[in-house]
Amino acid sequence: PRSSPSPGETSVLAGLYGPAEVKSSKELADRAVLEVLLRPKVGLPGVLERSREQLLRRTCETVLLGVLHPRSAITLVLQVLSDNGSLLSCCLNAASMALLDAGLPLSSLFCGVTCALDPQGAIVLDPTAPQEQEARAVLTFAIDSVERKVVTVTTRGGCSMEEMQQCLAAAQRAADTIFQFYRDSVRKKYSK
Amino acid sequence: FRTVEPLEYYRRFLKENCRPDGRELGEFRATTVNIGKFFEQHFLSSGSITTADGSALVKLGNTTVICGVKAELAAPSADAANKGYIVPNVELPSLCSTRFRSGPPGEEAQAASQFIADVIENSQIIAKEDLCIANGKLAWVLYCDIICLDYDGNILDASAFALLAALKNVQLPSVTINEETGLSKVNFKEENPLIIRKHPVATSFAIFDDTLLIVDPTAEEEDLATGTVTVVTDDEGKLCSLHKPGGSPLTGAKLQDCITRAITRHKEVKKLIDKVIESIRPK
Repeated sequence: PRSSPSPGETSVLAGLYGPAEVKSSKELADRAVLEVLLRPKVGLPGVLERSREQLLRRTCETVLLGVLHPRSAITLVLQVLSDNGSLLSCCLNAASMALLDAGLPLSSLFCGVTCALDPQGAIVLDPTAPQEQEARAVLTFAIDSVERKVVTVTTRGGCSMEEMQQCLAAAQRAADTIFQFYRDSVRKKYSK
Repeated sequence: FRTVEPLEYYRRFLKENCRPDGRELGEFRATTVNIGKFFEQHFLSSGSITTADGSALVKLGNTTVICGVKAELAAPSADAANKGYIVPNVELPSLCSTRFRSGPPGEEAQAASQFIADVIENSQIIAKEDLCIANGKLAWVLYCDIICLDYDGNILDASAFALLAALKNVQLPSVTINEETGLSKVNFKEENPLIIRKHPVATSFAIFDDTLLIVDPTAEEEDLATGTVTVVTDDEGKLCSLHKPGGSPLTGAKLQDCITRAITRHKEVKKLIDKVIESIRPK
């Protein structure tokens, strides 16, 4: 099962495999092992990809009911096809839709939203690459679908506490639109 | 009981609002920091220099992290001709904990290295322009090696602290460039400290059972926790970085609480660093 959402011109292809057999060195007795592989568009995966993989893995582990599939492995592979800003939130959305598409047991869904604070202090949602470059802070949130709480957050650049709260509120509002998109996509897939 | 049912063991303590090692939920472990020259200087007659200029050892309870900063000369890149480089590297060798195997850096070490690189970038602790000696020709490269000697949780806080302390200790020799020959001459007698613009401090929290927030988790607590949050603040109470890689969802109010506590912690850490720097200053 795979999915590739693309806000603007950023696109990521997600492929999910599992629950499948796992090497005994990696297996966990009580839950499924989730492995995330992020492949950049050019070059070999480096430290940045590893850190993003860890972030995505821990986010997916939060929603995935791994205890229903002990001693098995779930592998999520993300391939970056094009990058024009908001890459991390695109990966988060791709991961979430892949989990949904595969029919794995989940406690909730999550969606990724990126907010950029431009030098004047205005909030830009889903910034493009040039907007990200100019911004003095870029915040990426993963918002859960049940209570719009924050599952994951990571920031680049500095901002004040109040600005962070404002971005969070904006992201929570945007999350509604994204979850509606998930609903529509799934409906379209099964209505054929 | 502790080994058989660690989570239940912890829950009993958390119900009474304290932790097995006697700390309160909001209490940090005893922090000690040691700054000074641990490494010797080397001088190669071919004209290139290798100096270990700054170092610091930080202990947060049992977690021990050492940071060494080495400064070398290099040509700046074409698109950033007036900027030097800062290259952090966090190592979690197999000697610090049984959970790490020897070999190429694991995911945790790489994620920690990326985190430190982000802290340096986001907080502008050093302006890269300050590292430039001659525009387009020569600049300093600071290799910051952070090595964990004993892993007992909260590696991110300890690494960030060690980095800050080591950078404050760095003394860079002055470099002059001979205009005609283009050769550089290093003057060891004249040393200048690095200009540290901001003092970022990281504060980590562990989330238990989706609601309880614990400050400065030990390795055991980290294993049992359902999530972690790391907040990096700088001098003016500004948020440099908010790092929450997955884990139990938190409301905005809880995040706010974390940030407020991080700001308080920042003041304590800054005081500690200033005290130590003052005590080692040659009188």
